[in-house]
Amino acid sequence: MQLRAAGPKDVWAGLIYIAFGGGVFWATLSYRLGTAGRMGPGYFPRVLALILVTIGVISLVRGFIVRGTPVGEMAWKPLATISLSAALFGLLLERAGLMVALAALVLVSASASKEFRWDPKALVGLVGLIAFCVLAFVKGLGVPLPILGSWLEPLAVMAPWLR
Amino acid sequence: MDLFANLALGFSTSLSFTNLAYCFVGVFLGTAVGVLPGLGVPATVAMLLPATFVLPPVSALIMLAGIFYGAQYGGSTTSILVNLPGETSSVITALDGHQMARQGKAGRALATSAIGSFFAGTVCTLLMAMFAPPLGAMALEFGPAEYFSLMVLGLVASIVLASGSILHALGMVVIGLLLGLVGTDVNSGAQRFALGISELIDGINFVVIAMGMFGLGEIAANLQNADTRELTVKKVTGLWPDREDWKRIWAPILRGTALGSVLGLLPGGGAALASFGAYALEKKVSKNRAQFGKGAIEGVAAPEAANNAGAQMSFVPMLTLGIPANPVMALMIGAMVIQGIQPGPGVITEQPALFWGVVVSMWTGNVILLVLNLPLIGLWVKMISVPYHFLYPMILVFCAIGVFSLSNATFDVHLMVLFGLVGYVFKKLDCEPAPMLLGFILGPMMEEYLRRALLLSMGDPMTLVNSPLSAILLAIAAILLVLVLLPAFGKTREEAFQEN
Repeated sequence: MQLRAAGPKDVWAGLIYIAFGGGVFWATLSYRLGTAGRMGPGYFPRVLALILVTIGVISLVRGFIVRGTPVGEMAWKPLATISLSAALFGLLLERAGLMVALAALVLVSASASKEFRWDPKALVGLVGLIAFCVLAFVKGLGVPLPILGSWLEPLAVMAPWLR
Repeated sequence: MDLFANLALGFSTSLSFTNLAYCFVGVFLGTAVGVLPGLGVPATVAMLLPATFVLPPVSALIMLAGIFYGAQYGGSTTSILVNLPGETSSVITALDGHQMARQGKAGRALATSAIGSFFAGTVCTLLMAMFAPPLGAMALEFGPAEYFSLMVLGLVASIVLASGSILHALGMVVIGLLLGLVGTDVNSGAQRFALGISELIDGINFVVIAMGMFGLGEIAANLQNADTRELTVKKVTGLWPDREDWKRIWAPILRGTALGSVLGLLPGGGAALASFGAYALEKKVSKNRAQFGKGAIEGVAAPEAANNAGAQMSFVPMLTLGIPANPVMALMIGAMVIQGIQPGPGVITEQPALFWGVVVSMWTGNVILLVLNLPLIGLWVKMISVPYHFLYPMILVFCAIGVFSLSNATFDVHLMVLFGLVGYVFKKLDCEPAPMLLGFILGPMMEEYLRRALLLSMGDPMTLVNSPLSAILLAIAAILLVLVLLPAFGKTREEAFQEN
């Protein structure tokens, strides 16, 4: 993904601004524009979109002229692992419940670190953290997080306090 | 004089048992954040925001404010003991503070930092009490045109005074302004950029953006540049400065406080700029300038006083004008809106107990920090050595639960992931997330004021320059932008941010 431009950072940023600004401009086409005196919902965003595209063009041109530093190495793996862990939390929360979702979040995200290994002490810490979250957030602060979720709901017969 | 009645109201509010307790929690957490590796103030404030929604507004703001200035104390502890600053505002303290620690004078460096910060905090509380009300009263006279121009100036100034590329900061501001418009338009009821997703009809919650960009995005970056922290000082002794030290630090503390309180008032200024400026000033005027960088106590006293002064004074534009000077202030404005308080000049007159309570709580908070920090130094030293790989999964847990609790929707969790990815990519391209958050908070307000201004003038944009005040504000913004684009000034700006 290395660009052969003098300032690859400026080029990439410029492309992002142009794409984002262009997308917004296109979206505002379906909103009523109104006049400067009576602005419709499309007026302010369309002006901003034009400004953003202009900034993008300046950045793009500058990227081809002015020498800049190359884009540093992207940490795709840790980034993907961290994102995946949080997304898993979101997916599992209502289905498998808070306890499973938290375990997935912590284990997957921790695997992004070079220090990650299966360690009984760390597992005890994980259980403690889950217990703390259930007690503090659900029982204490009353955040409506499902402890068991729809998949594990039958278990509530055995342990009604988990409901 | 009203001042005393106001301060009395402030004391009675901030000294109530509940508020004192939240103040304590705030400064304690703040110090911890400053000490812990890889956890920034904006991310922490964002994480704790959902928990403050159940509190009364005064207690919530007192606690959030405590996190912000408490982190200045904690950050300097890390700077002195491990040479790895916890916060940008204490980068400069590491130069001389860490040298002092290596010479076995860690205790004195820590005490100097605490005393300097406390003095600055006391002076700034008084300054706020004296100058905030007239500023707020003046702003009450502002019409929509003046307000719009003030926000433009606030955004431009925060771009110019922050580090990083001007062009990209501008780009990020505009992206932030646009993201702020997502959801139902208040005037027409039309839905904008909701993409047919029902969760977006009420707009994007600013906490989601802050947690994604400052929380998730930063974790990925931290994992990439994992640095090992080694404590050079295992045991801290000899906390109290001696006579000779006192003689050397009183003047730098005074100068640091003065410079910090001026720089803190500027949008985008705040703590970091103040500490850099104070160190540069001391290096020019101090008798012991030869010792700077080799453990000069003046090099700890001045920037520490300045960063605390700067941190505290950056509350002034937020509380009196509703203009955020930095991302933390932007989050506090968001917190006020959720609590049902309209940020702006009306806060002082309509919510006197809130305003004065928060102002005076900064002084009580500084007292707590002074009393708490030095005896608890052993605890902070332990926290410094917490390995990051234990810490970041916990940060993620609190981010995920916090974001869910905003509106009990898993949609927000996924949105946070998206902003985390976007934030990381932007960071790699040198596009800072801070201006985007400022733009996001100001976006809807700017649109509203511009609409009203142009409605009154029947669409004539000259209304923005016909009012003298509005014209002056816009002119200052334009001058700032032109100045920073001039090569000579731009160079000075770059140098100011990379001392040594």
